[in-house]
Amino acid sequence: MAPPTFQVQDLSVVYETDSGPVPAARRISLSVDRGETLGLVGESGSGKTTLALAAINYLPANGRVKQGASRLNGLDLLRLPKREMPRMWGSRIGLVSQDPRSAMNPTLTIGRQLDEMGCRHLGLGRREARDLALAMLGKMGMSDPPSVVGRYPHQLSGGMLQLCAIAMALLTHPEVVILDEPTTSLDVTTQATVLDVLTELKTELQTAALYITHNLGVIARVADRVAVMYAGEMLETAGVKALFARPLHPYTLNLLRCVPHLGAGARAERPKDGKASGITRAAAAEADASGIPSARLASIPGSLPPWDDLPRGCIFAPRCPLVMDFCRVSRPPLVEVEPLRWSTCLRWQVLLSDEGRAQAVSVETRAGVPPLVEDTRSRGPLADGGLQPSQEAVSVPVLEVKDATKAFGPARSRAHVKAVDGASLSVPQARTFGLVGESGSGKTTLARVIAGLELPSSGRIFLAGESLKPSVGARGPHMLRRLQMVFQSPDGSFNPRMTVGRALMRPLMIMNRLDRKNARERALELLEAVRVPASHFDRYPSELSGGEKQRVAIARAFAGDPDVVLCDEPISSLDVSVQSSVINLLADLQEEAGTAYLFISHDLAVVEHLSHRVGVMYLGKLMEIGEVAKVLAPPYHPYTEALLSAVPVPDPTAASKPVRLHVSVSSSLGIPSGCRFHPRCPRYLGDICRLQAPPWRLSDGRVIPALAPTSAAGPDRPAEAAHSISCHIPLEELVRLQGAG
Amino acid sequence: MRGFIARRLAFVVLTALLSSMVVFAATNVLPGDVATMILGREASEQAKDELRSQLGLDKPLVVQYGHWLGNMAKGDWGDSLSTGQDVRSVALQRLRNSAMLALVAFLMYVPLGIFLGVVAAWRRDSPLDQVISTGSLAFIGLPEFVTGVLLIALFSRALGWLPASSAIDPGSGFFTAFPSLILPALTVSLTSLAYVVRMTRASTADVLQTDYVRTARLKGLSTPSILFRHVLRNSLLPTVTVVAAGVGWLMGGLIVTESVFNYPGLGRLVLFAIQRRDLPLIQATTILIVVIFVLANLVADIVYALLNPRIRYR
Ligand code: SF4
Ligand code: SF4
Repeated sequence: MAPPTFQVQDLSVVYETDSGPVPAARRISLSVDRGETLGLVGESGSGKTTLALAAINYLPANGRVKQGASRLNGLDLLRLPKREMPRMWGSRIGLVSQDPRSAMNPTLTIGRQLDEMGCRHLGLGRREARDLALAMLGKMGMSDPPSVVGRYPHQLSGGMLQLCAIAMALLTHPEVVILDEPTTSLDVTTQATVLDVLTELKTELQTAALYITHNLGVIARVADRVAVMYAGEMLETAGVKALFARPLHPYTLNLLRCVPHLGAGARAERPKDGKASGITRAAAAEADASGIPSARLASIPGSLPPWDDLPRGCIFAPRCPLVMDFCRVSRPPLVEVEPLRWSTCLRWQVLLSDEGRAQAVSVETRAGVPPLVEDTRSRGPLADGGLQPSQEAVSVPVLEVKDATKAFGPARSRAHVKAVDGASLSVPQARTFGLVGESGSGKTTLARVIAGLELPSSGRIFLAGESLKPSVGARGPHMLRRLQMVFQSPDGSFNPRMTVGRALMRPLMIMNRLDRKNARERALELLEAVRVPASHFDRYPSELSGGEKQRVAIARAFAGDPDVVLCDEPISSLDVSVQSSVINLLADLQEEAGTAYLFISHDLAVVEHLSHRVGVMYLGKLMEIGEVAKVLAPPYHPYTEALLSAVPVPDPTAASKPVRLHVSVSSSLGIPSGCRFHPRCPRYLGDICRLQAPPWRLSDGRVIPALAPTSAAGPDRPAEAAHSISCHIPLEELVRLQGAG
Repeated sequence: MRGFIARRLAFVVLTALLSSMVVFAATNVLPGDVATMILGREASEQAKDELRSQLGLDKPLVVQYGHWLGNMAKGDWGDSLSTGQDVRSVALQRLRNSAMLALVAFLMYVPLGIFLGVVAAWRRDSPLDQVISTGSLAFIGLPEFVTGVLLIALFSRALGWLPASSAIDPGSGFFTAFPSLILPALTVSLTSLAYVVRMTRASTADVLQTDYVRTARLKGLSTPSILFRHVLRNSLLPTVTVVAAGVGWLMGGLIVTESVFNYPGLGRLVLFAIQRRDLPLIQATTILIVVIFVLANLVADIVYALLNPRIRYR
């Protein structure tokens, strides 16, 4: 049997840093064959990128390969002298990196950057090289390659730019290509298209591909085999179907249970979720472990072992629910536990049974954690069991937004853009409104308008029926306390020179008028409620991990017992295993305090998991709004439909629904006339979509013309109806078109 | 791009106008009465009054300014109070001399500075880099009159290769003047060189760290392609700005250097005019300097835009 195309054997990499050597990758072996894709999964700090770069003999100056070999068709790249490598890179080895914005030279046209490959490696002249580049772009399904090659990177959209980067890497038909999170910086709809193109091209060229990502959904879609890395070591490797169906390492199993699966059902649908009692929690944990979808996600307690103090035995032992004494004796090697399946776990057989898996999944319970609010203050409809949101709509919503519009740039100029255009929504107590949309949809701007950080051009905001002043400065401490915000990056929201304790005490003293002693006590309670050890009270934000910081940010938002918390992408900067614990925390706090959330995310599965109602935004306008189960079932708005079919599901057996949006060429943000989605709409009807703004179609059959202000329509408003869609296609027709799916 | 240049040009005109106002106002509040200065202390009040009305000095300041500006624009810059020469021809001649000196200096330090800066960044933290970096730092600290004197001591006193004084005939041509230009140009260059080296090194080092240079390397490109096509285009952007801003610095250096070497340039003329309180001469020379400075920045902006497509296509 011929050796595999690309083979890494026993590779170890060390970085020399000021604080001592960091063994970032240890004794890793892998192989990829022609036409095969190996998915390399891991969270941050797993060493996946280090491994890939070391394997192609490209390490930063302080990096060193301690041992091992990396063979490309038998040739050991690590034994080649440095000056030979430029003949390998680009011609026999391709690389696509994460962010095309920074990976392409801003001062050269796309064409010149593509030409370089042909000129350098294929000995072509400029003209022939350009022809080759154009042919390659055409092969990727671009409609107008000549216009693309003449542009500079800043003139192209991120998706188009990444397609060009992929074309560049594959132009010379390399034997192996390293794809380092190539779609992470893209929107889901763009990601789906890019993945399709990539898969097709790779198959055609029979390239061996190493696909690095943290996204399990993407892995399920692209990989043939998967290798799971953790803290610089490889824990498990298997065929993609086998791995997702039956992981044989506790880390893999937990990782899979950390992410909400789209379509697993919403909280609103789950009766057990309504009853906030300890008994159902335990039951929930059990149900989860046995594979029944539940409200609670798995999360992996603890954090990565420090580099200078790695455990002697199994690297995962400090966080493993299955750990036994013998796990800690010596490092277990990666062994073939079943045909074509390798795992380092000594107790892998435990994972073969349902009970074993239940044991191996760590689900944090709230048991032992004191509730956030005193019982005297308990309130809200949750106390009497699962109310349906539609019944609840009768009561006064806690947060209500009427026709909010935010325009940037001088009126009537070309730069005038309505980032949010006439958005109306309402959130009742103890409920979550999920706002989904891709970059540029205006969801964050809307949140900032609600928070008063951005002045609306028009529209009103009500908090429990009371009209809010537009600017946060004019709202006064009482209102500030009742409306809080959690941001995407916890770093931005902390003063680095203020300890965690003081950061929590300050709002308590200012907004709740507590004295120092009481504020301190309450702050400690809050820390406990968000499961941050009390020992962190006197630490500075920089001494906390990303997940801990976000927990403290949440604690601070809850300090004043708010009515509404606006969560703007609160988990997207966190690792998967940490994300799930923050999601669980938000759900718990809502149950305990009856808080309403506006939860903004680009991640549909997370929104589905947490929300009762959902709004889908596109280029500043709400396209669809309604109860979560209704929005995520036909009839869909055509944009929602595309979004849903684009979300990569962490299940390799799931059939991919082929509704694809084409990748827009230009980076400029013009707002199309008529229906804003029409230039990309797969169900585009013709002139009517291009010229006329679509009406709102309510699930009860009413149709509200687009021009009527949403708030003027009285009780029929889309903002409160069970389900409404803004489209020229009637609902019955949409159901017929989408019915099967 | 055209709109961009038009906007910048309008800005140049505006700056020149503003500075002319400042210069005019400043020279009018300078202590000392012009009439007394021209006619001498013994002249009668009547004679002085007559002269004032003849010169228009009895009119309101605004009118005087308008009149003066009109004359400047027409090319009538007045006569020097101390030598009686036509200010315009003197100033332009000296400007030409300074320009020759500046050109020689520029041709010395810009290419050399960029070269040394790129080498230092490419071989970052090597002994070579350390020599270049510390060497250039040493020169930043040395004022022109020190380097000038040192260079004179070395090249004319000790070695006798070049003249110690550059007091040439103000009207001499470039090639006659050239031997006298080398030492002053070298003096001016050393300080500016250090700035260019440091700026180029810093920006090149930054660019070498970017993802797109990593992409270029992993495309397997040759070192010259990486350096010239991918690195320099981007790393020279900030350097261009520094070089242009350095023109102001250069002019400051010229004033000192021209004095040390007795070179008949604009810088020495300014000094002379200020010492003599020669108003027309002060006004003309200062405005010239401002205009040169603004034009240098304009050129820098245009070059910057040419190198940077994000500005070119807006
Ligand atoms: S070897 Fe032991 S500690 Fe390691 S993963 Fe398996 S059960 Fe857990
Ligand atoms: S109105 Fe037309 S373009 Fe807009 S979503 Fe509906 S079908 Fe598509």
